[in-house]
Amino acid sequence: MRIGVLAVQGAFAEHLTVLGAIGVEGVEVRLPSDLDGIAALILPGGESTAQRRLIDRWGLRQPILELAQSGTPLFGTCAGMILLARDIVDGDEPVFPLLDVAVRRNAFGRQLDSFEAGIDVSMLGDQPVHGVFIRAPIVERTGPGVDVLATLDDGRIVAVRERNVIATAFHPELAGETRFHRLVATMAAEHDDPGEGSGRRHHPTRRTGLAR
Amino acid sequence: MTVETSTWVTKKGLAQMLKGGVIMDVVTADQAKIAEDAGAVAVMALERVPSDIRAAGGVARMSDPSMIVGIMDAVSIPVMAKARIGHFVEAQILEALGVDYIDESEVLTPADEANHIDKHAFKVPFVCGCRNLGEAIRRINEGAAMMRTKGEAGTGNVVEAVRQLRDVLAEIRRLQGMREDELFVAAKELQAPYELVKQIANDGRLPVVNFVAGGISTPADAALVMQLGAEGVFVGSGIFKSEDPARMANAIVQATTHFDDPKILAEVSKGLGAPMRGISMEQLAESDRLASRGW
Repeated sequence: MRIGVLAVQGAFAEHLTVLGAIGVEGVEVRLPSDLDGIAALILPGGESTAQRRLIDRWGLRQPILELAQSGTPLFGTCAGMILLARDIVDGDEPVFPLLDVAVRRNAFGRQLDSFEAGIDVSMLGDQPVHGVFIRAPIVERTGPGVDVLATLDDGRIVAVRERNVIATAFHPELAGETRFHRLVATMAAEHDDPGEGSGRRHHPTRRTGLAR
Repeated sequence: MTVETSTWVTKKGLAQMLKGGVIMDVVTADQAKIAEDAGAVAVMALERVPSDIRAAGGVARMSDPSMIVGIMDAVSIPVMAKARIGHFVEAQILEALGVDYIDESEVLTPADEANHIDKHAFKVPFVCGCRNLGEAIRRINEGAAMMRTKGEAGTGNVVEAVRQLRDVLAEIRRLQGMREDELFVAAKELQAPYELVKQIANDGRLPVVNFVAGGISTPADAALVMQLGAEGVFVGSGIFKSEDPARMANAIVQATTHFDDPKILAEVSKGLGAPMRGISMEQLAESDRLASRGW
């Protein structure tokens, strides 16, 4: 399985390192042709204003939207969460309006307000996720189809999922955290195998695609 | 839930978010907007770009705080500002303004001929210049959370940037080939602490992000240093001293992303107008070289 990481700008190398650590091949995505054959796509941290210009300049917007609409898992961290939001508060037009949420950029303030905190993400088990928040965004509104995966102690939302799209305001990839990437890889494997979960599994030795 | 601000991870983490991007020198809020619209990942707010500092002579100091705040209000991307080498009070003032990164910069006139700022004492992260691995490790030891090779600012000439980047990366490769007992001598020769030398030998890279600065003035220059192993670029005079700053800025952003794709580099290099004029190193007296500031 190959998982793409949008590599137009930002901390894409850190995501590739995590993918390597869980035994998944990572692919840098800079052009639409790089999307061929990937099972999931990660949108890394970086500057969302710069990333959106590079996405549009080389025609990545439409193919990534189509990829997501076909059910391929997408995972965005920090700037990636902003790119995936339907609404950006006091900000630009959305890029990939796939998550029915409103996101505020730089919601905690400037760099001096960047922080680290342990975050409970019950979906990933009892051990908290070590969250690194760097000039991080926050989710201010969620639509009815959105699952809240994690909040801060004060209730502010920092991780969400809607169908095949996951986003975090923080950076699991900076803290040696692999569970989000494992989850994305699992979702990608399920998407690759439409029999999964249908109750009608193929016989394990059934051969497909062989010439008679 | 315990919350910790201004940790080493958040300080160097912001630089990680800037990777693969272009940080542009700007002297007004309008220029900052042009830079942001062109795809800059951050701006460096200063009163004069390095080529004008060179031309003006005299003592170059921290910029007027009202000008820095004006730029912070104008854009949503991170804003950096420069303090003189060793001038920890200028750094305190910049931290009080809330800038996102401080550049302890050789482009300004040094305030201390022996000591750099103790950067561990600050909550705001610092980027520092280096010409070689020894300087880089000494700055990181003092608390720098991001490095940049100095190049030769305000010349529009990439030659020093290339030399210094090659030096830093070649020194790292040399460390990687050493036996453990040879690293003690390497640390002595580099005038750098052994623990950091050993870590760099193990990792094959600096423990912080390393950009290139000083002399980048075309998309091809940016792609050259990226292919050599830079993690991003600072462009000072090269944008707003060119004929068409908005186009040049955007082209350098595109070239920094697609640094390994000559077809795209050819495409984005078309019709940009004249880059800044530039100075050859032979025209530059030893005393006018900024890179030799800092030790």
